[in-house]
Amino acid sequence: MAINWFKYSAPTNFYGLAGKMIPWFAFSAAVLFAIGLYIGFVVAPVDAQQGEFYRIIFIHVPSSILSMFLYLVMAGYAALGLIFNTRLSAMMATAIAPTGALFAFISLWTGALWGKPMWGAWWVWDARLTSELILLFLYLGYIALHASIDDPRRADRAAALLSIVGSVNVPIIYFSVKWWNTLHQGSSIKFTGTSMHIAMQQAMFTVLVACWLYAIAVVLARVRSIILERERNTTWIGELPEVRS
Amino acid sequence: MIGLDLWMRENPLTYVWLGSYAVALLIFVIEIAMVIHKRKITLQQVRMMREVQDEAGDDN
Repeated sequence: MAINWFKYSAPTNFYGLAGKMIPWFAFSAAVLFAIGLYIGFVVAPVDAQQGEFYRIIFIHVPSSILSMFLYLVMAGYAALGLIFNTRLSAMMATAIAPTGALFAFISLWTGALWGKPMWGAWWVWDARLTSELILLFLYLGYIALHASIDDPRRADRAAALLSIVGSVNVPIIYFSVKWWNTLHQGSSIKFTGTSMHIAMQQAMFTVLVACWLYAIAVVLARVRSIILERERNTTWIGELPEVRS
Repeated sequence: MIGLDLWMRENPLTYVWLGSYAVALLIFVIEIAMVIHKRKITLQQVRMMREVQDEAGDDN
């Protein structure tokens, strides 16, 4: 059975589909968060060098990965909206920005909390930390720019340009620990393998998937409100049961 | 600051839990509440706008 995926690029069809998917993603995220935290705090052993402090990794790494990946997804949707003038793409980009900003903030916050006992400082102007801070500012800039323009289509185009230009920062964050001498450690997990204990890996990947599912659920819920707002003058919105009731 | 340094070394798990996980979970809860609130407000606005349009249509 062939599924016509392009059908769901129209807000009319996507609105209903998103509504059906949100509970599944939200429930799976909650279950995986619980499993990930159980493995991370009960099963995973204490680190030989960092003691209990290393357990911040289970939220720090997933939120850092999500902050970068969500930015690329946001820029991708913004580019699609700019090139093909598709309404839903721009709405998706707008919906992703606040969640991405929150993950960037959690990444910086948990990084500071980890830095204090390990490095003796909450913050250092290290390449990895500084580029992640710039990512947070890019998200905030995107949100502010979009909110400052009244016409939504013009706001979409202006914010899309900012997000596309800003996406150059993502590889800089990722490779910063290789390109410069940084206080921040290099990647714990590489394509060639890892020295991490298996329980630590399981906890980190479980929380990573949980964060992903949470982000999808929240973005879908937010984009439904954006669709309602922007398409309020259309006939199909007037026929929705939640609008008629 | 020295007090905090000593406290965190004596209670590392509490420091990790309260400092990072509790804050992250609180942020998630606030975000969920904001999304739900935004949905309620948007639905109210759309309903009101529709009612005004319907009344204007009836008058005509």
